[in-house]
Amino acid sequence: MDLALPDQFARWFERRGWAPRAHQLAMIEQGKLGRDTLLIAPTGGGKTLAGFLPSLIEIVERPPRNTPPGLHTLYISPLKALAVDVQRNLLTPVSEMGLSIRIESRTGDTNEAKKARQRKDPPDILLTTPEQLALFCAWDGARLYFEDLRCVVIDEIHALHSSKRGDLLSLGIARLRMLAPNVRVVGLSATVDEPEKLAAWLGGYSPGGVNPPPAPPLGRGEEGADPFNPPPPPGRKNGPAPPSLREPPPEGVDWEGDHAQHGGGGSPRLRRLEEELEQPLAGEPRRTTPSTAARSPSPYGGGFAAPGLRQVDIVRGAAGAEPLVEVLLSNNRVPWAGHTAQHAMDEVYEVIAKARMALVFVNTRWQAEFAFQELWRLNDANLPIGLHHGSLAAEQRRKVEAAMARGELRAVVCTSTLDLGIDWGEVDLVIQLAAPKGSSRLVQRIGRANHRLDEPSRALLVPASRFEMLECRAAADAVRENALDGEPFRTGALDVLAQHIMGCACSEPFNLVALYDEVTTAAPYSDLSWDDYERVVDFVSTGGYALRTYDRFKRIVKGRDGLWRVRTPGIAQRHRMNVGAIVSAANLTIRMAGRHGSGRKIGEAEEWYFEQLEEGDTFLFAGEVWRFHHVEGVNAIVSRSAEKDPKVLSWGGSKFPLSTYLAKRVRRLMNDESAWESLPADVAEWLTIQKEKSSLPGDEDLLIETFSRGNRHFMICYAFEGRLAHTTLAMLLTKRLDRLGVGPVGYLANDYALAIWALRPLEGLDFDQLFEEDMLGDDLEAWLEESFLMKRSFKSAALISGLIERRFPGEEKSGRQVTFSADLIYDTLRRHQPDHLLLQCARADASTSLLDTARLSEFLRRIKDRIKVNRLDHVSPFAVPILMEIGKERAPGSSAAEMILEEASAADLIEEAMA
Amino acid sequence: MTHVTQISGVAATLRPSGALWIEDVRTLVVADLHFEKGSAFAARGQMLPPYDTAETLRRLSIEVEATDPGALVFLGDTLHDGRAETRISQRDADAIAALAKGRDLIWITGNHDADGPSRLAGDTAQEIRIGALTLRHEPRRGADHGWAAGHLHPCAKVVGKGGAVRRRCFVTDGERIVLPAFGAFTGSLNVKDEAFEGLFAGAPTAVVLGAGRSLPVAWKRLRGD
Repeated sequence: MDLALPDQFARWFERRGWAPRAHQLAMIEQGKLGRDTLLIAPTGGGKTLAGFLPSLIEIVERPPRNTPPGLHTLYISPLKALAVDVQRNLLTPVSEMGLSIRIESRTGDTNEAKKARQRKDPPDILLTTPEQLALFCAWDGARLYFEDLRCVVIDEIHALHSSKRGDLLSLGIARLRMLAPNVRVVGLSATVDEPEKLAAWLGGYSPGGVNPPPAPPLGRGEEGADPFNPPPPPGRKNGPAPPSLREPPPEGVDWEGDHAQHGGGGSPRLRRLEEELEQPLAGEPRRTTPSTAARSPSPYGGGFAAPGLRQVDIVRGAAGAEPLVEVLLSNNRVPWAGHTAQHAMDEVYEVIAKARMALVFVNTRWQAEFAFQELWRLNDANLPIGLHHGSLAAEQRRKVEAAMARGELRAVVCTSTLDLGIDWGEVDLVIQLAAPKGSSRLVQRIGRANHRLDEPSRALLVPASRFEMLECRAAADAVRENALDGEPFRTGALDVLAQHIMGCACSEPFNLVALYDEVTTAAPYSDLSWDDYERVVDFVSTGGYALRTYDRFKRIVKGRDGLWRVRTPGIAQRHRMNVGAIVSAANLTIRMAGRHGSGRKIGEAEEWYFEQLEEGDTFLFAGEVWRFHHVEGVNAIVSRSAEKDPKVLSWGGSKFPLSTYLAKRVRRLMNDESAWESLPADVAEWLTIQKEKSSLPGDEDLLIETFSRGNRHFMICYAFEGRLAHTTLAMLLTKRLDRLGVGPVGYLANDYALAIWALRPLEGLDFDQLFEEDMLGDDLEAWLEESFLMKRSFKSAALISGLIERRFPGEEKSGRQVTFSADLIYDTLRRHQPDHLLLQCARADASTSLLDTARLSEFLRRIKDRIKVNRLDHVSPFAVPILMEIGKERAPGSSAAEMILEEASAADLIEEAMA
Repeated sequence: MTHVTQISGVAATLRPSGALWIEDVRTLVVADLHFEKGSAFAARGQMLPPYDTAETLRRLSIEVEATDPGALVFLGDTLHDGRAETRISQRDADAIAALAKGRDLIWITGNHDADGPSRLAGDTAQEIRIGALTLRHEPRRGADHGWAAGHLHPCAKVVGKGGAVRRRCFVTDGERIVLPAFGAFTGSLNVKDEAFEGLFAGAPTAVVLGAGRSLPVAWKRLRGD
């Protein structure tokens, strides 16, 4: 196998005293064979180098030619910082080997002059992000630029695929495969539950078989029999995608399409399409590839060897040493509720003081601020402890990263911003503060410690409450068994598709059918029906309104040559300014008050945070206490405060819901009394008393408790399905209880349970009926339409699809303006065209990502006839945490808004009367 | 619950829709309808829904039905731009004609529609007087008597337990009043913005549009953005 390494490379490994790892050699072999490959390897296994070695070798051995070579390898990472970091790590071996290879990075932060130069004179290897790839796809010179592209490397693919960014990336890869048919696609991933699914995502579908049959000449034949006189596309949603409409079914593929069944009639839109297709397009290259006919309906359903799927080989790196995961058993009592782990902070500090360098992971940036503050309060030894989260200004984050890379820090408190694979070398301990919520994320974070395979990673979990103690215990066990959460796979979002189609039109004129064949090679879009595709194209062109008044303002138009193109260069320019699938919440920039207006930027934070602040309030940010002055446009103006304790605390819980897998393990742990020994005494006692006074939730059961307190009647359901699903469930139950006349007045959900309280007793209810599965029907729909979740989803779909623009040339819209107009558009569209494409997108998004309805429906099925109701006289030990949270939460929704107005107005009346 | 008040001695109802109803003279006033704002964006390549005119007219017809006014006054910026009439659908034009039937329809001109309509139903005026109250598009500082105007699209932000609410509102000091924008796609400007400075004698009251009622909120309880 050593023969696979050219001299320079073999000598370099020798000089470093290393031997190339088996998976690195396997990747070189894969490169030589030209195979698409997914490399699964734990962190620290030389994964990145393995991904690049084949390209480095190929570039070095490339025969000289007269014209300058174009871009050889495109590397895509989910993080800007990672792209820059990989560049640094790659330049070292390249310069040590004395290779003349140009490696550059290109992110949103790269300056315009450099970007322009990279465009004219491409490097050999370009390191970039999915957003930049989307932008490449919208260039007018994309075809030429990627002509020589040989390899695409996608890093941390497990972190990308299951999101709208992943959808956009999959479409970008499909584009690259079309522009450079010989390109090899390589994915790099941490250990995942089902690598075959990831391979299927990476591969997508082949546009053609190995040897496509020669096409018969174009001609008109008899109606219904001639494949060149295409049938209208079938209108069903989930069946196999229709065959390419201008192509004959390939030989050897038995396409059972029943032409007669689809023939004639159809909607006006279908007829338009037929007319369009009946005119052979002069000059259009004839494609001879069979199309989607050979496909199975879904890449995820039938396993990855389904016909038509593009084969992606899987190479596995050796597993590293087993991680050492401990749960901190604090000497102090474990709190009943909360997310801060303040009780254990001095113990955390002790552990940090003994480690070389520790990463302290928390789940939200507010937890990060809090932990950072607390650790410095204890920091008598003046240990260099840093802070890193997504709200900090970029330069500040880079400073921290650089200090880490130089080994100058002893600890960094961070959020998921440091989840991904930047190599920090010196880290020997990972601390997870508050529960990890999922075993895969925990494994990923633990992998940050010790980037050496032969030594185990060390991790310490610090639960912040009693339920979190159970969760941490379950998570530690899961990691020891290397049991990961299964990641859901998604169907490609149509708003993302709209953006991509517009981008393609900005790049070069496209043929409607050819582009359909292209986008359906991307795995998330393989089931896209022609109908939906056509709706998206119509949306891109005219906005997709039933009232066809915008046909004269089309953004993309079909030319005489039958190709679709952007109507004006200005429209293309505007599109390019709005590319991307990340929609952030409306953020304000936090700035110091300067002598003349606003001064230095400190960072960014969500707008809602400042809405609760009064002038003069103090709060914690970037590790310091600030005094809030006022909001000025998109800036929150602040000044340094001498106070030690900020007045306003806002520690939201985890933004990640408890994973289904981990929830199951928590339930199992509760029912396994022998395992309680590993728990602190107060937590074990808590479980014991719960068992005595009420009972513990069974493995598969739902435990419900009812009791009265004050003049309120409570119902607590210990469902363990995560906060999203619980919130949805609580809302639906409240509707039912309202109809049953028990007068529900409020609800609260956390990751483990949900509480509903009412004016009248609840213990007499028929709980089996209350939890009937049919609750996911009309009530859900009615509520969803009015909910702020739906508005949020709509806004994101409107931004991604280009209905609302984030940026105009020369002007940036503030988040506030966008929020406002998106709501107005939502209200109007809902009334006048409820089946509009974007409303459909928003509904789909809201029900999957914000409401977790899939999980809820599975839950309702599971607990059918398995509901245990304990009618209690007193509060049970399990009920205490959620009761403690009541009153601390902010209540969203329209009725709350009305109450705020009413209170403000009433307060005035009282003052007036008493004056 | 709607809010009834005196503006410069004229009794006026501040309806939760954002319309001003002067019952004594059976006059309904709405400001800043911005008809065809959606299609104005579409003409520039941003495909906002073409339903804003229809939606604005739907809300307006509910108000007209509820009050049955003898005169309907558009307080300026009724058309979003000078070419709006070339884009408006026949259905919406017919709906406007229907509103004008059996009553006076008066278009006060604004900065977006300085010429008034050329083919839609109704009469054009710069301003009109009702008692001591002058109705015109733009508020005027230092005017010697009362006025009712639009133009500024006022909204109020109220902070309470659990969050902040931002809603369209009337702003009035009892002598002068600025109406909220009535159009479906019209954005709004916080009353704490400097554009409102010096318009009123002393601190005005914001009458905020709530669900089914308009609620007066004192100036000191309002927040800037």
